[in-house]
Amino acid sequence: MPRWLAHVIVVAAFTAAVAAAFARVDYEWNWAAVWDYRQKLLQGWLVTVALSLAALATSIVVGGVAAVMLRSGRPLLEAAARVYVELIRGTPLLVQLLIGFYVVATAVGLENRYVAGVLLLSLFSGAYMAEIFRGGLDAIPKAQIDSGRAIGLTRWQSLRLVVLPQAVRLVLPAVAGQLVSLVKDSSLLSVIAISEFTLAAQEVNSFTYSTLESYLPLAAGYLVLTLPLSALARWLEYRFRYETA
Amino acid sequence: MNLLVEDLVQRFQVPGRGGRPAGTATVLDHLSLATGEIGTLVLVGPSGGGKSTLLRILAGLDVPTSGRVSFDGQPLPSDEESLRRYRRTVGTVFQAYNLFPHLTAMQNLLLPLIHVHGLNEAAARERVREPLERFRLAEHAHKRPAELSGGQKQRIAILRALVVQPRRLFLDEPTSALDPEMRAEVLEMIAEVRAEGAEFVLVTHEMAFARRVADEIAFVADGRVPVLAPAADFFNRQDDPRVRSFLQLTLTT
Repeated sequence: MPRWLAHVIVVAAFTAAVAAAFARVDYEWNWAAVWDYRQKLLQGWLVTVALSLAALATSIVVGGVAAVMLRSGRPLLEAAARVYVELIRGTPLLVQLLIGFYVVATAVGLENRYVAGVLLLSLFSGAYMAEIFRGGLDAIPKAQIDSGRAIGLTRWQSLRLVVLPQAVRLVLPAVAGQLVSLVKDSSLLSVIAISEFTLAAQEVNSFTYSTLESYLPLAAGYLVLTLPLSALARWLEYRFRYETA
Repeated sequence: MNLLVEDLVQRFQVPGRGGRPAGTATVLDHLSLATGEIGTLVLVGPSGGGKSTLLRILAGLDVPTSGRVSFDGQPLPSDEESLRRYRRTVGTVFQAYNLFPHLTAMQNLLLPLIHVHGLNEAAARERVREPLERFRLAEHAHKRPAELSGGQKQRIAILRALVVQPRRLFLDEPTSALDPEMRAEVLEMIAEVRAEGAEFVLVTHEMAFARRVADEIAFVADGRVPVLAPAADFFNRQDDPRVRSFLQLTLTT
């Protein structure tokens, strides 16, 4: 059986099961009410896309800096980065957003919740990026640095010509996967009243009292973003696979 | 070349592990040797005796704890930047992991020429063209190291060291990681390079090959050189018990 057919059958079966379940619940579908708010939902979706992209770019920078600090060999830098990573990875994003916005941002005088939201999301994702980058850099055998030294490369040349080209190829799939997580985690920004996709759906629901008709498109909207990204991550993994000689 | 090593000491910090305290390992213990005016020096000896450590110092990769090394009367520098400039003038081949896996063999060959020696790409390609053909590696130039056999990888590594026109080569057990079939092709290439007049210091376990290409042989054990002799004489030197047992072991296997 061809792979695409198998996927179609599974998705169809799943959809049929869900439809059957709802048919028994005797739910009165009211798609018309939600359709009136399609503009609002679309806008929310676009804000989610923008926030996710901004947070991805910033978290790459944050993660990169943290990874360098972790491998720097200097106790203070390593400790600072390690504390950051463990704190962020050990607490829920929700808690970080609540404390970060209502306590820290207010104290610092940062009122723009969009900027604060992107920063907080970037700090969250950056901790995971740091571990991804550290793993990628550590995966390059020391013997290759030696080989670079032997032919007379400077440290900067070794980094640019030997280490980074390989490390980037190694971590690209994981970074793409992190983008998928970012898109989903951005839904939590709704708790600090950022008008992204999830908050838009919540508001539509409160206007129309049509819960399923608000939240099912919400799930679909995220899938539209995450499925291609997951496919990209898998393709990148395939494309950049080569054995280390 | 003329090599003079005076009172070389190399110590390493050994980190403490699971109850064992950290300590210092002395791998080269006031090692001295003085060769004549020779083309090739071969270092032999038991594992852990200090051959590779000595070679790395001679190749400018590591700085000794103390002592002096001079080639042709020129002492080796001790700061990293001067050592890097020294490393540009010599070639080093390791047991394995010489080539960069994300580049093709050709790109591996061109990289030092372009980025360290300032050739433009056309000049670099011209420089490697003839050696590639001479050593029958041209057809493999477009392949990545993962697609090459161990012997081909080592031969490309030797070529990469050669095309920068080094003063001398350093080879650290270039065939030890290879299957027996591939050892021959690499040893043949080294012999060819020797015949063309290259100077090198070779660390090897291949005693028959050592006898074939060496001008002088140094026996390195316990961080010192108990015996340094012209190749022909070396195998008759039975006076040192360590040399005797080493030769018995290696020549009868």
